[in-house]
Amino acid sequence: MKIAISISGNKLESPFDPRFGRAAAFCLVDSETGEWTAHENPALSASGGAGVQAAQFIAKLGARAVVSGAYGPNAFDTLSPAKIEMYLAPTDKTLTAADVLALFEAGKLGKAEAATHAGHHEGHH
Amino acid sequence: MRIVVASGKGGTGKTTVATSLALSAGDSVRFMDCDVEAPNAALFLNPVLDNRKEVGIQLPVVDEALCTHCGKCAEVCEFHAIAVIGKKILVFPELCHGCGSCTLVCLEKAISERLDVMGVLESGMTAMGVDFAQGVMNVGEPMAVPIIRELKKWSPAHPFDIEIRDAPPGASCPVVETMRGADFILLVTEPTPFGLHDLKQVVGITRELGIPAGVVVNRDGIGDNAVEAYCAEAGLPIRLRIPMERRFAEAIASGRTLVDAAPEYRAAFRTLLEDITARVAA
Repeated sequence: MKIAISISGNKLESPFDPRFGRAAAFCLVDSETGEWTAHENPALSASGGAGVQAAQFIAKLGARAVVSGAYGPNAFDTLSPAKIEMYLAPTDKTLTAADVLALFEAGKLGKAEAATHAGHHEGHH
Repeated sequence: MRIVVASGKGGTGKTTVATSLALSAGDSVRFMDCDVEAPNAALFLNPVLDNRKEVGIQLPVVDEALCTHCGKCAEVCEFHAIAVIGKKILVFPELCHGCGSCTLVCLEKAISERLDVMGVLESGMTAMGVDFAQGVMNVGEPMAVPIIRELKKWSPAHPFDIEIRDAPPGASCPVVETMRGADFILLVTEPTPFGLHDLKQVVGITRELGIPAGVVVNRDGIGDNAVEAYCAEAGLPIRLRIPMERRFAEAIASGRTLVDAAPEYRAAFRTLLEDITARVAA
């Protein structure tokens, strides 16, 4: 299974980035083989809808699970139908992507069952 | 001729200047209150608002039976308001700017559009013969620009020689949209550090848009000389000064216009309009 981890950098030792839509990059790890690749997040410079764009991006990469620090409502609503499981890693300590992966593999990360914060856009409905 | 009255800083006297300019401009004047978040010029001009139109943006509606999930709509959308995830298509109305690109690029013609009402346009004549129109944004809406755009497109009931647009405060998208297509921008400021700071921002917008501008100094006599110095340095003519006087404040607080409370200013506003006309013709 492929897992996407939001990071700021391009290595497994790069710091975990607790933002989802505006994460600098995603580290894509294959949990069976341990192989990983880093991918710059195209939504970083989006004028809006970064969560939606980042979610589509990791879906196209083939991720079945994602680890980040927070998910907004639009990210949540895009990842849910894509059946990508959303995990939350602690945001109060300095972690690397490798630390986050270890926590994930040890089953120590909880799932986000709803958006973790309100959107950055005020809805008009 | 289209004149926008703008300021940057709120409460400098945009509506005071715009309404008195309209009342000094003779016949065939159209007045548009583009401050759709808090329109207030009607309080001074008292139009009979007998025309009304709901406006907003066109949101995409996807026919799932026709959609092939090719993803072209999601690719073209600058705001990521439409997403394709596997065999699912999602629309995020609060991200949509209503540009219609997704509808255009859909090869299957699976996308139709529905009006998402964001506010209303209202118009009518004033007793003084001004053809008045305003936009009013619904409470809770985040985007004023679509309403201003529709207001500008709304055909006037009568032909006009002069159109005066009362701009919203600030220096963001609604102000830019109000200024777009204008022939002249009248910047109302006050001689204070706040007035100057925001004046500089809107001057930047007028230059970016390439529209000539002039300044009205309101509450002249308070504050300092920094606005004066800046205008001289920036080559911005100060076309009118309105002194700080209690009687003006009292009249405006009771819903009267400046030229109604101080008819001696009618000539000054006429001269201002002649100056603007000459500048636009130049």
